[in-house]
Amino acid sequence: MSDAGLIVKRPGLLSTVQDLGRWGHQALGVPVAGPMDVYSHRLANLLVGNAADAATLEVTLIGPDLQFEGRSLIAVCGAEFDIAVNGQQAATGASLVVAAGARVQFGRRRAGARAYLAVAGGLRTPVLLGSRATHLVSAMGGVDGRALVAGDRIPYPPYEGLPLSRRAPLAILPNQGRARLRILEGPQAEWFSKSARATLGSVSFRVSPRSNRMGYRLEGPPLARAHDGEPISEPTPFGSIQVPSAGEPILLMADRQTAGGYPKIGAVIAADLPVAGQLAPGDRIEFTWCTRHEAAAALIARERPLLRVADADGRA
Amino acid sequence: MNLRWSGDTMLLVEFDQAIDPEINAQAIGLAARLQSRLGHIVRDVVPSYCSVGIHFDPLLTDLGALERVVEEEANRRPSEDADGSQRPPIDIPVEYGGEAGPDLDAVAEWASCTAAEVIARHSAPTYRVYMLGFVPGFAYLGRVDSRIAVPRRRVPRDSVPAGSVGIAGEQTGVYPISTPGGWNLIGRTRTRMFDAARMPASLVQPGDLVRFVAARPL
Repeated sequence: MSDAGLIVKRPGLLSTVQDLGRWGHQALGVPVAGPMDVYSHRLANLLVGNAADAATLEVTLIGPDLQFEGRSLIAVCGAEFDIAVNGQQAATGASLVVAAGARVQFGRRRAGARAYLAVAGGLRTPVLLGSRATHLVSAMGGVDGRALVAGDRIPYPPYEGLPLSRRAPLAILPNQGRARLRILEGPQAEWFSKSARATLGSVSFRVSPRSNRMGYRLEGPPLARAHDGEPISEPTPFGSIQVPSAGEPILLMADRQTAGGYPKIGAVIAADLPVAGQLAPGDRIEFTWCTRHEAAAALIARERPLLRVADADGRA
Repeated sequence: MNLRWSGDTMLLVEFDQAIDPEINAQAIGLAARLQSRLGHIVRDVVPSYCSVGIHFDPLLTDLGALERVVEEEANRRPSEDADGSQRPPIDIPVEYGGEAGPDLDAVAEWASCTAAEVIARHSAPTYRVYMLGFVPGFAYLGRVDSRIAVPRRRVPRDSVPAGSVGIAGEQTGVYPISTPGGWNLIGRTRTRMFDAARMPASLVQPGDLVRFVAARPL
């Protein structure tokens, strides 16, 4: 059976197709991209029976208005939005079947910044270098390397299975626009004064409006260097906190460049990256230094609810 | 040589921190061996000027085993490390100056020489590809003749045309796509540096050798 189309009536503020990211080509300067909140992306896929690497739609702050040409099993996880299916309120965090022709509209947003719409079978935009993730700056992946516009038609396989009803545990969202992010020391932590490192772990920073999928500029006290100079460009993982000479830190996010030459004072732990992905300009961050052991334990704690969803079978 | 964790998702091998062809060859050689040995169980292996980053999924990775394998390989210096310099240099035709190189005259003034001398000094060396970054296919090439190693512009341009050839200090490179940029633009090439549908996607790899060839304007 051929693919049906997901028609974009209104695109929302910034809606992009994402999967787990374009890994394996950073040596050629190809950024990873992928979901800002990988946990919610995975959760949405789990609810509709997809593998974790199926492509979802990441929606940001203002969600889209969509029409499904064919029957589908869908789920929306992450930020809490009011969702209407054919005008009727529907629950997020749970899978539901929508009939051919169904209209799905994102309404008011209550908490968090980004939500993930998964459809059974995944969105089927072309695969580029092994991934469907959209990287905006280099115009790679997703729908022509860009955010959705009205009139776009995204292929997906029509759903022919039984109605499936799985519920998700709640997403981990910032509490009233504040998030605590645990951090480990970065490769150039010793380039910064002790007081700078103490400041990073105690003061709250505000996410500046000059923030996007590449990174968040953080407003707060400048972080003083212990010595001068710039490090030679080296690879940069998601969550690195780099500090240009002016002193205000930048938290590197999904679309970050593959390498960078600013000193990195710290890095947000993997368990807290999804929470960082739920922040919007104006939100506040408090960083907390932690140990490797605590970081590993936190990651395991994050995974447990996902394992429970995978185990439970809530077929209707 | 130093091994350090970068957050809990990347292991970093740092060689002597300098921009140097031999150190760079060490990093690239190590990255190739790690890719071969670990490519199926890590997310990415990324060389840079003098470091190698190994990205991994912390839930799926035995950190002790990863560290042991990386340390073992980092301490080896096999003479048979394949280095791109064994491949013939890649020639990139460049239309210098004019509309294609709006900063050529400014570079000549900075260097107290003629535009023709800038072109000659830029196209004489065989450059090494130290690493790729910034955008797909953007190669950092070195080393530029010190007489024309003009620092990057104080105020970057909002938009640099795709194919632009620029200089920033000791580095030169080609902008594969149109982006903001602060390098001094001395020419433009029509050569496609990166194409995701091509195999390999990038015209150049870390360790390759590149020459710029002055082409007549078309």
